[in-house]
Amino acid sequence: MESELPFWTELAVASLLVLSALFCLSAALGLVRLKTFFQRMHPPALASTGSSWCVTLASIIYFSELNGELHLHVWLIIILLSITVPVTAMLLGRAALFRGRQAGNHTLPPALHPKSMPPEFEKEDTKRS
Amino acid sequence: MSPLLSISIVFTLVVYAIAMLLALWRVLRGPSAQDRVLALDFIYIVGMLLILVIGIRYASSTYFEAALLIALFGFVSSAAMAKFLLRGEVIE
Repeated sequence: MESELPFWTELAVASLLVLSALFCLSAALGLVRLKTFFQRMHPPALASTGSSWCVTLASIIYFSELNGELHLHVWLIIILLSITVPVTAMLLGRAALFRGRQAGNHTLPPALHPKSMPPEFEKEDTKRS
Repeated sequence: MSPLLSISIVFTLVVYAIAMLLALWRVLRGPSAQDRVLALDFIYIVGMLLILVIGIRYASSTYFEAALLIALFGFVSSAAMAKFLLRGEVIE
């Protein structure tokens, strides 16, 4: 490296990187150790929010200090993740509910969709209308 | 690059690799299919972060575009697999 950075910049970047590593490790441990699927859905959010925020801030600080001007383009990754990660989580949660009901798991809540109601409820609905 | 920054970058990369291996264990063992898809999505996100950290290590902003592409492909593949688990078809 030809240009030396100031000490405080390097300290900030290093501590943000280590913090993101710890976030990521705890998410992986949660993914391995938690018992049910709906508990295991939560730890990856730790990596996609905390860890990616820390790495993005470290990258912004490092490149801004290296080039002498503000480099904000890494911010795009946070925006992209904050749009796409909830969509994936919703789809996976719905898939897990559907497959759990198909497999006959009675601990899951009943479906809200009228097609899956028992037949006696449907008859009452048609009488009222 | 000062020893503080290079040591912390190596530590971060090693911890990311450990996290990916733990998630790989969940992919291989996971009792249901949605567990495997969840762990694959997690591996995608950690791989994207790893490429960002490597970009800091080599002080090059080219790695950022690769990370953006990996984030996009990870979303598309996870959404397609979740849709397949939900309906049995990807596009109806």
